[in-house]
Amino acid sequence: MGGPGHTEIKDTSKRYAAGVLKYAQMGYWQPDYVPKDSDVLALFRITPQEGVDPVEAAAAVAGESSTATWTVVWTDRLTASENYRAKAYQVEPVPNNPSQYFAWIAYELDLFEEGSIANLTASIIGNVFGFKPLKALRLEDMRLPLAYVKTFRGPPTGIVVERERLDKFGRPLLGATTKPKLGLSGKNYGRVVYEALKGGLDFVKDDENINSQPFMHWRDRFLYCMEAVNRASAATGEIKGHYLNVTAGTMEEMYKRAAFARELGSVIVMVDLVVGWTAIQSISNWCRDNDMILHMHRAGHSTYTRQKSHGVSFRVIAKWLRLAGVDHLHAGTAVGKLEGDPLTVQGYYNVCRELVNEIDLPRGLFYRQDWGGMRRVMPVASGGIHAGQMHQLIDLFGDDVVLQFGGGTIGHPMGIQAGATANRVALEAIVLARNEGRDVRHEGPEILASAARHCKPLQAALDTWKDVTFNYTSTDTSDFVPTPSVA
Amino acid sequence: MRVTQGAFSFLPDLTDPQIRAQIEYCLRNQWAVSVEHTDDIHPRNTYWEMFGPPMFDLRDAAGAVAEIIECRKTYPKHYIRVNAFDSTRGWETVRLSFLVNRPPIEPGFRLRRIESNGRAQRYEIEPYATEKPAEHRY
Repeated sequence: MGGPGHTEIKDTSKRYAAGVLKYAQMGYWQPDYVPKDSDVLALFRITPQEGVDPVEAAAAVAGESSTATWTVVWTDRLTASENYRAKAYQVEPVPNNPSQYFAWIAYELDLFEEGSIANLTASIIGNVFGFKPLKALRLEDMRLPLAYVKTFRGPPTGIVVERERLDKFGRPLLGATTKPKLGLSGKNYGRVVYEALKGGLDFVKDDENINSQPFMHWRDRFLYCMEAVNRASAATGEIKGHYLNVTAGTMEEMYKRAAFARELGSVIVMVDLVVGWTAIQSISNWCRDNDMILHMHRAGHSTYTRQKSHGVSFRVIAKWLRLAGVDHLHAGTAVGKLEGDPLTVQGYYNVCRELVNEIDLPRGLFYRQDWGGMRRVMPVASGGIHAGQMHQLIDLFGDDVVLQFGGGTIGHPMGIQAGATANRVALEAIVLARNEGRDVRHEGPEILASAARHCKPLQAALDTWKDVTFNYTSTDTSDFVPTPSVA
Repeated sequence: MRVTQGAFSFLPDLTDPQIRAQIEYCLRNQWAVSVEHTDDIHPRNTYWEMFGPPMFDLRDAAGAVAEIIECRKTYPKHYIRVNAFDSTRGWETVRLSFLVNRPPIEPGFRLRRIESNGRAQRYEIEPYATEKPAEHRY
């Protein structure tokens, strides 16, 4: 795209005359620019106000997320300003969305402080999302250059080391969130943890909003949960864990809770996304120093990830979290109760798990991303899933995932242990069959039915939840190809 | 009790043809299969005795099954597991591990609690079997 008003003014007496210029004229639109390997790249979906030229809108996004303000300032001339200006270099209409455009923008690496997600996000999403000439703005994807990636420490543990510590290989890990999430006393809460772990789960989890409320103070929860974890470990010969949520009002309090979890011998702690980027990087460092797995619950993300027209895509959040350094990340189920179409969700899983993400438009990956050997994040599938969907989950996500069945464990008609056993038997039966070369996507129900013949709890689970599906249209899908939904 | 380490311990013990199918899966993935055994089962005992080195150049699953049978003959009452090792960059770790033998009676573990500060406990998990010296367990 080109045209009048899109050309950078090179004559410095005109360029720096006091007054207002178009962003494109100030140099934020560079259609001939070839991004460097060291540039930070961002793809925005922009919805300009009526009558706003899309190229000028893209240039404005580049400007407002880097050096520009609304008017010309002479102090630009004290700097190598062309270096610090972000460059919009490509604008194209979004397929089937006539009012929206993809804007491709490149940022010089010097704009960012090393090892700080807070600084990166303050630039890229700091001011620009409230910019009036745009109706809506969404950050779809980013390419973080390898030079920048290497300034972050990444996951403290990662998939490989987590599995070696737990001594569990070749199958998804199994978890559940304690329910009801609010109101249980410490003693009753620990009972749920013990039953679920003894029945066959690897992990049980605090929910995002369980911190230290009047019905259960945090120390009580930690003590009872660790009693449950150790008893279950002795009953099964396996390492077990409970994600102790250390989210609190201050960093000092989070460290205090994490230190108590360590003292009690927990292998894992968790925090919520709402603690913020700096707190996440701090607790991640603490986990490195204390051999602790860090579980991230993405509490709050849907406020800005879900709508296609405005906000930040979860694939970008996942990239930031891998840099910031988390070991577990809730990344969707595709088949459960929460938002996410299968291909888009697989894209998030690839961001978590691959050493290099290749461009994959159907999965929403617009850039090649090299992680440079940064440890892999274990994705977590949680929310409205049950044993009858085991073949779909393993077919979609493979082995390196934590499958969390909260209601699907605790709501089992024969009790919590039976619920856990049903899930574990279903999981092992599907993995065994897949490895034998069977087509689990299609033969799954048959494989589960046959496993249920020597496992009554699995039969009961299949009978109870056989018809439960959440077939709603996803609000967030890739705009490049039609996406099938899972039955 | 039943120790539920390994990928398939909640299923009925695998038959030799089932074990062979799993090994064929490992070989299709170009993973090196190895056999390990122990009479010191514990959640954190990660170093079992190696029954020979990993079979890096194995092409036919029958070779691994023969090793398993040999290991069972030598240590009929030990826990025996098959590991599959992946040497590709970024993994360089075990990708599948499952039990192929267990003792006829599994006495399980004692959980010791040691009173600590406040209400905290130090926990110690001790296999009943290891009260006896090696060679006399199970």
